[in-house]
Amino acid sequence: MADDSFLLPGTDEYSTDFWAGFADDKLLLQTCSSCGSARYPTRPMCPDCRSLDYHWQEASGRATIWSFVVAHPPVLPAYAEFAPYNVVVVELEDFPGIRMVGNLVAAADAPINSVDPHGISIGEPVEIVFSPVSEDLTFPRWRRSSP
Amino acid sequence: MGSALRDKAAIVGVGQTEFAKQLPGTEIELALRAITMALDDAGIPVTDVDGLASYTMEDTEEVDIARNLGTGPITWFGQVGYGGGAGCGVVGNAAMAVASGQCDVAVAWRSRKRGGRASRPWAGVGSKVYGYQQWTRPFGLLRPVDEIAMLARRYMHEYGMTREQLACVALTQRRFANNNPGAMMHEKALTLDDYLAARWISEPLCLFDNCLESDGAGAVVICSTDRAKDLDRQPVLVHAFAQSIPPQLQTMTNYFCDDPLRGPSWECAERLWRNADLGPEDVDVAQIYDAFSPLVPLSLEGYRFCGRGEGKDFISDGSIGPGGSLPVNTSGAGMSEAYVHGFNLIVEGVRQLRDESPNQVDNARTCLVTSGEGVPTSALLLRR
Repeated sequence: MADDSFLLPGTDEYSTDFWAGFADDKLLLQTCSSCGSARYPTRPMCPDCRSLDYHWQEASGRATIWSFVVAHPPVLPAYAEFAPYNVVVVELEDFPGIRMVGNLVAAADAPINSVDPHGISIGEPVEIVFSPVSEDLTFPRWRRSSP
Repeated sequence: MGSALRDKAAIVGVGQTEFAKQLPGTEIELALRAITMALDDAGIPVTDVDGLASYTMEDTEEVDIARNLGTGPITWFGQVGYGGGAGCGVVGNAAMAVASGQCDVAVAWRSRKRGGRASRPWAGVGSKVYGYQQWTRPFGLLRPVDEIAMLARRYMHEYGMTREQLACVALTQRRFANNNPGAMMHEKALTLDDYLAARWISEPLCLFDNCLESDGAGAVVICSTDRAKDLDRQPVLVHAFAQSIPPQLQTMTNYFCDDPLRGPSWECAERLWRNADLGPEDVDVAQIYDAFSPLVPLSLEGYRFCGRGEGKDFISDGSIGPGGSLPVNTSGAGMSEAYVHGFNLIVEGVRQLRDESPNQVDNARTCLVTSGEGVPTSALLLRR
């Protein structure tokens, strides 16, 4: 049951490689092998050219905060001990328009409530960090960019 | 221009159970009560019903509704997906089925027992989340309120909406509910101080930015406008109907398209106004889907009652209140009457056009009803 741990991604044929990349400290973007456009969330077909062929390219992991919330109870038990905690949407610097949901943390191994939520602002530059949550799964998280 | 549906079908009966945090009886009992009320209201015998329209999230099934009601043969039935986006689509599809001759008398309904905490859908998940939820829920974006709060924060950032402005949605609807004996919040006043002191649920949204958790059911009866002329009740015509899935929409977590603050309402409105003889300036009263308060300014912009970024002013300058240029959610709606996936907004739209609303708008001739913003959506333009 979900009581003990964070919710884990139930990966599918098109997202397995994306999630697996984090264990190798890589942010991989699904990229059309026909027209070259990157897409997220992952899916079988390129909406620009209808190709089913794709490969993975590494993104820099630099981004800016597009929006954020601060979640308060009631939340699922595994998250409740950290509440209030932040959830952010970031927009990738090298792929404008591609946005991802995550958490702003003080460091890769710091919890999701390790940053004062009232100091967060839209537009802040951030960079990806890789946070192992189990033997075989690593989550992407985000920390403020070093100057 | 326009649609062959225009004014061809009418809502001729409405039914609604009482609303409460906890009601006795099962969902199907609530559904059957609401449907028989609507048929009695229409003055149409149950044996004439041959069409059934519902939500994919509806747990009461067509076969059970038909067997319990004792209908004759059902010749058309259909469902619409995406929860709160479905309501107007359910009624609109029924109107299309009637107008195209697939059935003569259609019933649309929604029944829900949602008041108990155990029934919170977001809590009923296993340890893994699949599909679109894999991109958001592992990071603690767990509840619908979190998903909409993300858009609300961005809207506040881009357009400078304040909490005091957003509060006007909850406060205005509560005033309407205080005058509606059928509303769950009929006897509970709400002040700006109450709002600002309320506990956070997902910043920037507090408790009063959320809809209620309710048990209850609603139903409407639809037949051709020709047949409606022979009934005792004032028919409410389905003047125009539209649905929308805009390009690259992700349901609820609509962060991945080019312009997330230009939600599904915009394209739905585009089609709705194209299908209609009327425009936004002709609408006397509106029922705008309100699972969460930010959906109201976003929808008002989408349906062109104001410009982009001006929804914050429209909700806070008196326009949406009693005597305003566009009274909105005159029953109290999802945040103060009851939350039944927006179906009570359709019932209230009909009441307004029959001069039966507890907060009656003088000489209301045209009412817009919308379904959920942020999901595949739908809208009805009703007139008398």
